[in-house]
Amino acid sequence: MTRESLVLSRRTGFLFLLPALFFVGVFIIFPFVWVFWLSFTNQTLTGVTAVEPQFVGLANYLRLFNLESWMDRGEFGNALVISAQFVFGSALIGQVGLGLLIAWAFHNRKGAVRETVYTLIILAWIVPDVVVAFTWMAFLDRDAGTLNAVLGLLNLPRVDWLIEHPVLSIILYNTWRGTAFSMLLFSSALASIPPSYMETAEVAGASAWQKFKDIVFPLIRNHVLTDVILITLWTFNTFTPFLITGGGPAYKSELVSIHTFRIAFQYFEFGRGGAIAVTMMLVNLVLALIYLSVLRRQEVRR
Amino acid sequence: MNQPARQSRPSLSHWIRFFLSRGAFALLVSLISAFFALPMLWLLLTPFNARGTLAVEIPAQPTLANFQRVFANAFAMHALVNSAILGLGGMLLVTLVATLAAYSLARTDVPGRDLFVYGLILFSSVVTGTAAMVPIFMMIFYLGLIDTHLAVILVCTGGLLPTATFIMRDFIEGLPRSYEESALVSGATPWQMFRDVVLPLVRPGMMVVAIWAFVNVWGTFLIPFILLRSPQNMPATVAIYSFYTEAGTPIITLTSAYSLLFGLPVLFLYLFVNWRYGFRFFGGIKR
Repeated sequence: MTRESLVLSRRTGFLFLLPALFFVGVFIIFPFVWVFWLSFTNQTLTGVTAVEPQFVGLANYLRLFNLESWMDRGEFGNALVISAQFVFGSALIGQVGLGLLIAWAFHNRKGAVRETVYTLIILAWIVPDVVVAFTWMAFLDRDAGTLNAVLGLLNLPRVDWLIEHPVLSIILYNTWRGTAFSMLLFSSALASIPPSYMETAEVAGASAWQKFKDIVFPLIRNHVLTDVILITLWTFNTFTPFLITGGGPAYKSELVSIHTFRIAFQYFEFGRGGAIAVTMMLVNLVLALIYLSVLRRQEVRR
Repeated sequence: MNQPARQSRPSLSHWIRFFLSRGAFALLVSLISAFFALPMLWLLLTPFNARGTLAVEIPAQPTLANFQRVFANAFAMHALVNSAILGLGGMLLVTLVATLAAYSLARTDVPGRDLFVYGLILFSSVVTGTAAMVPIFMMIFYLGLIDTHLAVILVCTGGLLPTATFIMRDFIEGLPRSYEESALVSGATPWQMFRDVVLPLVRPGMMVVAIWAFVNVWGTFLIPFILLRSPQNMPATVAIYSFYTEAGTPIITLTSAYSLLFGLPVLFLYLFVNWRYGFRFFGGIKR
């Protein structure tokens, strides 16, 4: 052993790594490369193009970004806009904003109230997707749904949420579903702030907002940045809203992830589906590169 | 918390601020609790109601009849068995492969290790969700593995492996090296040392990863929905969508009882991890 840190030889270490390399190579790297090739073909699942797909160049991309029709219902541009609304509403305002608000509200508090609220929020996070989807369909139902029943108690009119406001419905759903992650991340970040900082500010007579803006936020800025990128990435790729609205009515809640699913797995147009998948992965790549540069900056600072 | 009482002479404006912030806090807590609790009520009440609807109703006569109907439904029960097969298969594979890889990453300097870790973080977040399923479906199709449990287990393992490896690596890096070094000094082969010294030490970490992987595969919808065809292979996440009447409306009594039944293992495993290991919060965990 030349260095203290070495327990295994390089050869043994490589052997231990081999199964993981296999899985990463076959199920992550290879699909990533292959989907680029798919996106330049007219591959389908049935018919002549299933056996002998032809190289079609940029045809799939030109169709995707055909500026005359891409904002039409059920087209790619429209799905991008809906995804942007969904990410802004449920990831940024919803999960990150609400998570930060809750973590801040319960900062330095202990006891049954905090435990109850945290348990409720974590519960919403851990229950499987399909179960949650059914409870939300019941919650938002026009005639019998709990949300409308509550509105009725407040003398407010009934709303057919899933038909009239499908995007708002899935934004509410996804906020409910995922806030726990941000809340837990921010809670542990806030807990690491030395109490003396806050005491000093209190003695100086700072208001809660001033304390947050001038002391707390600068200290947890990197946590917020990390959280924003991860949540944006996950929200952009999530498919579960399909279980509640199916992308409808009339494609009004068709996120890019659901659009990909429809083109590839309901129309079986894998060439076109591949082009959408490539575009999605490029968006993911940008987000992931930002994430890695934030991580690296944190390591340098340490 | 604001503690104006500590000051020698609390002024009136201090007290007003104190009660206002108390009131604002109470309002915030009530709104948040309502938002997170209300959608769950349906799941807790409807399975015990013989006339279950989409409405939240406290059952006049609580009954277990809905559960009896689920237990009597061979298709529903078989789907739960399928879910268990997929969950256990994915769990074993993820835990084993991730532990080996994490050990190598924590204890050796395999050339290109940092690049591997960097690439793993990068590509595992890029190749994900529906977008990844487009090429993966074609691959599974050409391999002739469509409609097999093996395909679902392998694809799930590929997706969960990066996060599982990072959790295990963090865990192993926190362990002292002295046991392993003395095992090697006493002449154990690397594999003996791994099996007899390392594995017992990392068992708590493996348990957490195993449970996390099981819960993820158990709850996955998209992968089996795309890769499986025949009803007898479907896990519960997909099978739950077949409890419909001929008119196309869901049979609420059956669906709600099945949902609760299907969600319970996840709840118990969460409580178990919480009780046994304490709910540790891992940076990258979700789905």
